[in-house]
Amino acid sequence: MAEILDYTIVSIILLAIGIYGLTVKRNFIRMLFAVEIIVNAANLNLVAFSRLMPAPNATGQTFALFSIAIAAAEVAVGLALIIVAYRIYRNIDIKGLKRLSG
Amino acid sequence: MSDPYFIAVSAITIASAIIALEFRELIYGAIALAVTLLGIAMFFVLLDATFVAMFQITVYVGAVVVLIIFTIMLVRREAWLRLDEGGRRRIMGVVVALAVIGLVGALLAGSSIARWQASESAPTLIQIGEEMLTYYSPAFIALALTLAASVIGALVLAKVERGGGEASDSEAGEGVMGSEEGEARGAVGEGEDTRWGKEREEER
Repeated sequence: MAEILDYTIVSIILLAIGIYGLTVKRNFIRMLFAVEIIVNAANLNLVAFSRLMPAPNATGQTFALFSIAIAAAEVAVGLALIIVAYRIYRNIDIKGLKRLSG
Repeated sequence: MSDPYFIAVSAITIASAIIALEFRELIYGAIALAVTLLGIAMFFVLLDATFVAMFQITVYVGAVVVLIIFTIMLVRREAWLRLDEGGRRRIMGVVVALAVIGLVGALLAGSSIARWQASESAPTLIQIGEEMLTYYSPAFIALALTLAASVIGALVLAKVERGGGEASDSEAGEGVMGSEEGEARGAVGEGEDTRWGKEREEER
């Protein structure tokens, strides 16, 4: 059984990869990938703490379930925004979406 | 760090996360993202959270990645493959990522969680169900409403409006073709696509 520190290290690495993606990528869908990776790093942390704390409790797993459901909703709205932006601008380069700010 | 399964799953997860962001073809990136999410599910299994693992596979790999792949197929264009991130931007991204690893890692190294004794028993499914339906039942209901609202919002956003939808883009929509023709050909007509793409490129 791996220690809790190992899980947090993996989680931090995934978080850093996600932040790298959000910083560098200009493609809307790629940025959505990065957000997904960050959310999953958080879920991994929640479940790891739920199992490996000195007093185990189900709260972490419950939170992970909520988080997964909300992330699914977020992806649905994000993809709908991508389709709308594509229909209007024929492009999903975020530089072109600056005009959305009005 | 002695568990070989843990090391293998971490390697798969982290490698496929990098591939998901760096592979040129977007579809393969989405498949690599699916592998990352499966890797997270494997972590959940290693953590005795089989229900959450099942939920993860059903919701993420079963629904989210399929949705993403269909969206990519819908809006895919060759031009994206040539999107130039720029060396400076990439270097800044790597610096930010390393800074996050360094800062949070230092914070963790200074904390006491490395000395925690892991408990022997895992939380059971019964506990999760009880907690979700008693103490967290307001959050549960709010979550249901959030999901409903987001689905309705997504549908409203992605809806193709009859006649007026495409014209809201610019005057180009009315100049190029009549509204009836636009309706008949739908939102994703091929000729319309390339023509508008050219206009967009000329605008820049």
